[in-house]
Amino acid sequence: MSNDVLVFVEHLNGEVTDATYELLATARKLAGQTGGSVTAAVIGTGAASLAGGLGGADQILVADTDALGAFNPQGHAEMFASLVTSRQPRVTLVPYTSVGMDVGNHVAAATSQPLVSYCLKVDAGDALTATCQLYSGKVEADVRVDGDTAVFAMLAGAAPADGGRSGGAGAVETIDATVPDLAVSFVGIAEPEAGDVDITAEDILVAIGRGIESEDNIEEAQELADALGAALAASRPIIDQGWLPKTRQVGKSGLAVKPKVYLALGISGAPEHLEGMRDSSVIIAVNSDPQAPIFGVAHYGWAGDLFDFIPELTDRLEG
Amino acid sequence: MNIAVLLRAVPDPVEELELDGADLDRDFLGYVLNEFDDHALEEGLLLKEETGGSVTVYALGMADEVEQMLHTAIAKGADAGKKLGDDLDPVDAHGQAAVFVEALGEGNYDLVLSGVQASDEIDGQVAMLVAAGLGLPHVSVVVGTTPGDGSVRVTKEYWAGITADYDVALPAVLGIQTAREAPRYVAVARIRQAQESGALEDVDIDQPDNMSGVTITDMRLPDEGEGAEMIEGDEEAAADKVLELLQAAGVR
Repeated sequence: MSNDVLVFVEHLNGEVTDATYELLATARKLAGQTGGSVTAAVIGTGAASLAGGLGGADQILVADTDALGAFNPQGHAEMFASLVTSRQPRVTLVPYTSVGMDVGNHVAAATSQPLVSYCLKVDAGDALTATCQLYSGKVEADVRVDGDTAVFAMLAGAAPADGGRSGGAGAVETIDATVPDLAVSFVGIAEPEAGDVDITAEDILVAIGRGIESEDNIEEAQELADALGAALAASRPIIDQGWLPKTRQVGKSGLAVKPKVYLALGISGAPEHLEGMRDSSVIIAVNSDPQAPIFGVAHYGWAGDLFDFIPELTDRLEG
Repeated sequence: MNIAVLLRAVPDPVEELELDGADLDRDFLGYVLNEFDDHALEEGLLLKEETGGSVTVYALGMADEVEQMLHTAIAKGADAGKKLGDDLDPVDAHGQAAVFVEALGEGNYDLVLSGVQASDEIDGQVAMLVAAGLGLPHVSVVVGTTPGDGSVRVTKEYWAGITADYDVALPAVLGIQTAREAPRYVAVARIRQAQESGALEDVDIDQPDNMSGVTITDMRLPDEGEGAEMIEGDEEAAADKVLELLQAAGVR
């Protein structure tokens, strides 16, 4: 085992994602604790051209190949796993994203290492420990890892991306880019279609979550939005039920919004949702659970029943 | 296409959680079907309707609600259900995956589907750990499938609505985030029929071990209203205050 920290570089359309820079920021801190160095592995299309932007790493391993498309869940995972096997880092970091999920689980299983998900913070002292968010952000858990090495899947926002843009030696090493036989082949990528309303351009958003309970109740929230001159947005459960179109989704798999006012009704505040709205100027949250994580990012909150609140506010706006 | 769908019971996301040491206080905790597993079931049923074949649902007996969950899946159109163990203590994702891998072993399935994640999976995602255990290819965060010849075309969501399509050779494991259509509803009468159909088999298993090498040492609830200035009083007071805030923000 080395004392190094290995980072999986997530990239799309020729750009390294912020999630990667956040990993590099965490990796720099961890390398300080282990006395090792930070290695970044960039695999796939355009990998060589991305190495120059990875100055937060001491060493950059480049496997440049066009054979994986934008991302290949099997190809990237297997190629990264073989690096973990050969380099034996103490800590391996992946983002807790759609890409990182495919890579992290495979790597941990293929190298028989523990995997820790939903990580907010990792420490590599005598033992490897982490703080994680469970139950959609309702609970924070401290964990300890058995053994000397592990893979950590980091939540968005766990460290500032700017902390991972520089600070390393940035030495580039080109490595074998032979792609294994694959049962998964990349076909193509699709960008989202534009919707009837652009929620990223609205001054006020009324956002509804699971607390709205049924499709029939959406009308009441729409009336409030109309009275406010606001657009109606929602968290993922509402979109997945088909109650509102995908273009209204706020969060990790939807859109990031920064309105002047974000009124969150019945949204508990899962990390994936907070990621898309925490930069709003004024966040007002209504939720029946006083311990809902949404109150952690909201500026103002009322703990109560949204079906009591909505008509009261609508009356005041219409009256 | 013969399809297995793995279902998990998770703490009801609308309930307030209470803690007992380094775990949830589970005495009065209500469980529901993991919402992503509900989508996995729906996608499995849609694929069966398109291609023929069967859907078999599996769940570990880690909560009282599991039996009802399996009967509901059968009522929706699953052909058979297997409840693995009864009155089991909670076990980590690695331990759950090991049980599923063993149960699936002789099933000869073309496709194994489960939800992409569950809110308690601190040590990895069951669907992908099952794929690793079975030595099968996998794709996570799947938002739609189209059956092909010896393969399935899957749409994977990256982020911010960006998706990519993949052709995946069968057999394979998919972690479903969203089915093509919203999960179907089923009438209570149909669930009662399912209860009497004999389609649910109880499989006796020993209490599985945690296998992740990850130990939870402490759990905390976030501080109440941390960050937010909480508005006191009833809904009228709340509406008055919010109106003030809207005016102060210059949007009224």
